Amino acid sequence: MNEIDNLGASLLADIAGAQDETALEQVRIAALGKAGSISALLKTLGAMTPEERKDKGPLINGLRDKVQGALSARKEALGEAALDARLASETVDITLPVREGPEARGRIHPISQVIDEITAIFGDMGFSVAEGPDVETDDLNFTKLNFPVGHPAREMHDTFFFAPDANGERKLLRTHTSPVQVRTMMAQEPPIRVICPGRTYRMDSDQTHTPMFHQVEGLVIDKKAHMGHMKWVLEEFCKAFFEIDNVKMRFRPSFFPFTEPSVEVDIQCSRKGGEIRFGEGEDWLEILGCGMVHPNVLRNCGLDPDVYQGFAWGMGIDRIAMLKYGMPDLRPFFEADLRWLAHYGFRPLDLPTLTGGLSS
Amino acid sequence: MKFTLSWLKDHLDTTDSLDTVTETLTRVGLEVEAVEDKAKALQAFTIAYVIEAKQHPNADRLRVCMVDTGAGEPVQVVCGAPNARTGMKSVFSPPGTYIPGKDITLGKGVIRGVESNGMLCSAAELQLSEDHDGIIDLPEDAPVGQPYATYVGLDDAVIEIAVTPNRADALGVAGVARDLAAAGLGGLKTPQVLPVRGAYPCPVKVTLDFAEADKHLCPAFALRLVRGVKNEPSPEWLQARLRAIGLRPINALVDITNFMTFDRNRPLHVFDAAKVKGDLTVRRARDGETILALDGKSYTLTSEQVVIADAHGVESLAGIMGGEASGCDETTTDVLVESALWDPLNIARSGRALGINSDARYRFERGVDPDFTRPGLDLATAMILDLCGGEASEIIFEGDLPESASAIDFPWSEVKRLTGLDLPQIEMKLALTSLGFHVSGAGERVKVAAPSWRGDVAGKADLVEEIVRIAGLDRVVSTPLPRIKGEVVKPVLTVLQKRTRAAKRLLASRGLVEAVTWSFISHDAATLFGGGSRQLVLANPIAADLSDMRPSLLPGLIRAGQLNADRGLGDVALFEVGQVFKDDTPEGQFIAAAGLRRGTARLEGVGRHWDGAAKPVDVFDAKADLMGLLTGLGVPVGGLQIVAGGSSAGGPAWAHPGRSATLRFGPKGVIGAFGEVHPKVLKALDVKGPLVAFEIHLDALPLPKYKPTKVKSKLALSGFQPVTRDFAFIVEKTVAAGEMMKTAQNTDRALIADVAVFDLYEGQGVEAGKKSVALAVTLQPVDKTLTEAEIEAVGAKIVAEMAKRYGAALRG
Repeated sequence: MNEIDNLGASLLADIAGAQDETALEQVRIAALGKAGSISALLKTLGAMTPEERKDKGPLINGLRDKVQGALSARKEALGEAALDARLASETVDITLPVREGPEARGRIHPISQVIDEITAIFGDMGFSVAEGPDVETDDLNFTKLNFPVGHPAREMHDTFFFAPDANGERKLLRTHTSPVQVRTMMAQEPPIRVICPGRTYRMDSDQTHTPMFHQVEGLVIDKKAHMGHMKWVLEEFCKAFFEIDNVKMRFRPSFFPFTEPSVEVDIQCSRKGGEIRFGEGEDWLEILGCGMVHPNVLRNCGLDPDVYQGFAWGMGIDRIAMLKYGMPDLRPFFEADLRWLAHYGFRPLDLPTLTGGLSS
Repeated sequence: MKFTLSWLKDHLDTTDSLDTVTETLTRVGLEVEAVEDKAKALQAFTIAYVIEAKQHPNADRLRVCMVDTGAGEPVQVVCGAPNARTGMKSVFSPPGTYIPGKDITLGKGVIRGVESNGMLCSAAELQLSEDHDGIIDLPEDAPVGQPYATYVGLDDAVIEIAVTPNRADALGVAGVARDLAAAGLGGLKTPQVLPVRGAYPCPVKVTLDFAEADKHLCPAFALRLVRGVKNEPSPEWLQARLRAIGLRPINALVDITNFMTFDRNRPLHVFDAAKVKGDLTVRRARDGETILALDGKSYTLTSEQVVIADAHGVESLAGIMGGEASGCDETTTDVLVESALWDPLNIARSGRALGINSDARYRFERGVDPDFTRPGLDLATAMILDLCGGEASEIIFEGDLPESASAIDFPWSEVKRLTGLDLPQIEMKLALTSLGFHVSGAGERVKVAAPSWRGDVAGKADLVEEIVRIAGLDRVVSTPLPRIKGEVVKPVLTVLQKRTRAAKRLLASRGLVEAVTWSFISHDAATLFGGGSRQLVLANPIAADLSDMRPSLLPGLIRAGQLNADRGLGDVALFEVGQVFKDDTPEGQFIAAAGLRRGTARLEGVGRHWDGAAKPVDVFDAKADLMGLLTGLGVPVGGLQIVAGGSSAGGPAWAHPGRSATLRFGPKGVIGAFGEVHPKVLKALDVKGPLVAFEIHLDALPLPKYKPTKVKSKLALSGFQPVTRDFAFIVEKTVAAGEMMKTAQNTDRALIADVAVFDLYEGQGVEAGKKSVALAVTLQPVDKTLTEAEIEAVGAKIVAEMAKRYGAALRG
């Protein structure tokens, strides 16, 4: 054993024994620093004879490389251990709950959702969305729609009125969205394809009636639209809206002042265990009213009933929402109870589309 | 409208089943609402013969009967009825039968060791009477094996239909039968009405006392006397019919008028002639006249109502209800029978004004068959003579029957045009004629006259409806509606419609929950929010606190917030997007979006949390919602002014004057406001805060500029590092930080890319009444790196400008 080997063994032992980076640095300085033991050996090389240098040089340089390698390996190992220790000390209780974000709390009301669903379906059939005022004239809500003054059919509507103005004319809250159809026909040349969703009002209040509710009506006017087309539009709508492959519908003659012939439509369903399901069962459920636009209405709107023809329908938005999503009672729709809205409401990005599906 | 199947068969010769009848009624537009069919419910109960009844070996009170049920071998039945005996006929039910009177389903059993295979029943067990003293004891000739219900005539199902307002003719059984006959269910056999000749002139005269303009109130009035009648209870068949449809039999004369009402849709009135003084006058009532009507109530009349009066005064409310004073009872011997026509509109109004819903009013306001006025009187007379005896006078007939409407010019092609249904002409013609229409002419175009009982039919479309409802709507073939143009659908929504939809999703994604509240609110709440004008007050609200059209969405939301708080959910974040009203015109209605935050319902989180509890909401939460909404909708907010202050500064009266602002694009372009709800408003609405809110009118927002292409403007990115310099200014507390930001920005619009307020401080180290506002100003060089001197120059300019405008000093 010579001096170099002894030094090497001693330094390697020091390196292995260094317990942290500071201790290791001290070992490095002691070996490789200006006054370090290896540095001292390296300095002796200059004073050596070529033969001596040839003999000792590789030994001393070899020692330096070996120690350097051991230093960096030890440093890396110490770094790893230090990181492990730090990470261990930084551990948090990851089961702690995060704050609920706004996207989890926000809700869209079922009525808005269903209007968006309806719009997606009819938009695809080329229907635009027409709107009109809630405060209407008697003329647009009734007279233009072929309700004769004093006719019992007006009584069926349980209308909200405002006080008469200076001219004795009293405005009212529209009892249906049909005045929007009138406004559309008076403002626009056929062909017309619109749906008219909106708020409507009747003096009525029980489990399935509220003094304010929502209706969507549809109107098609051109020179060819007939009841066969009406049947198809309504069948396709019901299939798309209720998201079922087959729907059996029953068309019954009925009466509305503004359509002739007038039809009420029932949809076949089962009511097992109080749950309504479409596309099966033997029961019938009334779902909408429709018919060919009455010639008097066309005339009242400035259209010649011998040239133009078409059909219209109307249904309750709240009602079809209840049928699709199973709310048993209409009244909570308008009570803004957070518990109800959290349960029956929709997520902010549940945007109904035909491509992605109406509901998730 | 209710009737029984046997009643229907008085008019319709049919062998079709009840199910077929009810299905057809619905199919032709007379929607069946209910069918009560006792025969079906009691189908299993049949007539049986007791071959032998002997004592039960193990029970004194029981008998073991061998029963011939008419179906095969005799059946052994154990029976506890005291009247069970050999040779009697009774009613048997086999095992498996539901016993309505006991609410059990019968099983096979062994009673005290003897097998029993069914039951002999009491009337109580069939729920037909209270009689449970013994089993039903039938006459010897009762046919064994026949259903008991059929034998006793209980197989008369009661059918209830919904009659639409246009189908007055279907308010009589005869009219219902006509529809069914037309739909192919059998022949119509309504008996012809024969005139009854009067034996003497009617001693009571009638005057229609109307001004020329009022003659429509009573176009025609027919009257006759029948003297020497006996007004006893009507026969059982008539009583049974009336009872079946829910009417109480009174006496023969009254029952006859009720029968006429439901059988022929011909309401009549009968006066006890002995109680009528002098002649009859039909006239408008005089204001203040009163009548004690047959419902036992007294009514005070106005000149809007039509009455029939005699020398005593008002005897009857025309077409609605008779008077008590001249009513017929068992002492009546001479009866005046009235058959008249009334003005439907006047009847409807009078009935509504008096609050009387009678079967007569119901029919007259829908319109009875005018041509049946006299035949109706003859038919009633014949019934009276038949059931009560007596001798009829001649008929007095005042007024005139209205002329029948002119025939409709009808091309058969109209059916296909409106329904798409291609029917043979012969079928269409048959449908019309079987409904009583008269078709004249031949070929493609005919003249069609509606029968007198179909006052609702006025045009071609009405005839199409008649044809297609008889043919069956199920035959209309579903036909795809072609696209207007054969191409991909163009967008259909307007900017406002898109913004309305987007606003809801945006606000929901900020954690607000969408509410839909009433369009009407209390008058006080409306007034508090700038509404309450007379033209928006309902004349007939459904409740006192739902009387005014809302001027704002906030009262409804605030109320909803409090209701949730009262249920223990105080951290409420709600929004609504909906209509608000400034006046009663279409232009006075707007689409508003409003949001409300209460308690600690903040965007970042709600309530207490291990990481730090949420602070109570403040006005900046409302501002953040509103600004988030505007930017989310893509509204350019460059020109937006945020004007601080409450109502005295033109801001909203509902908000805290020091914690609210109005948003506007120029002085006239107010779009909305946000703020903390005013303590006075909280008090007036009886709600608790903290409560912050915003509301904007979506239809007041500037529209996006039209762009001819969809290409976005070119993106210019600078290659040089931005530089940020911080400045803390000491200013008076009243100086608006927003103004300071604008001032800083305007110092060098080209170079300054952003100004932010990163600190705000009042208190120790800052003089009282002053505050420190720290701005971070970011400079974005465009064409070269800025030198320190250039940066210093901009900084100096900002400091100088702040000093000049706000007396601001740099914080030491």
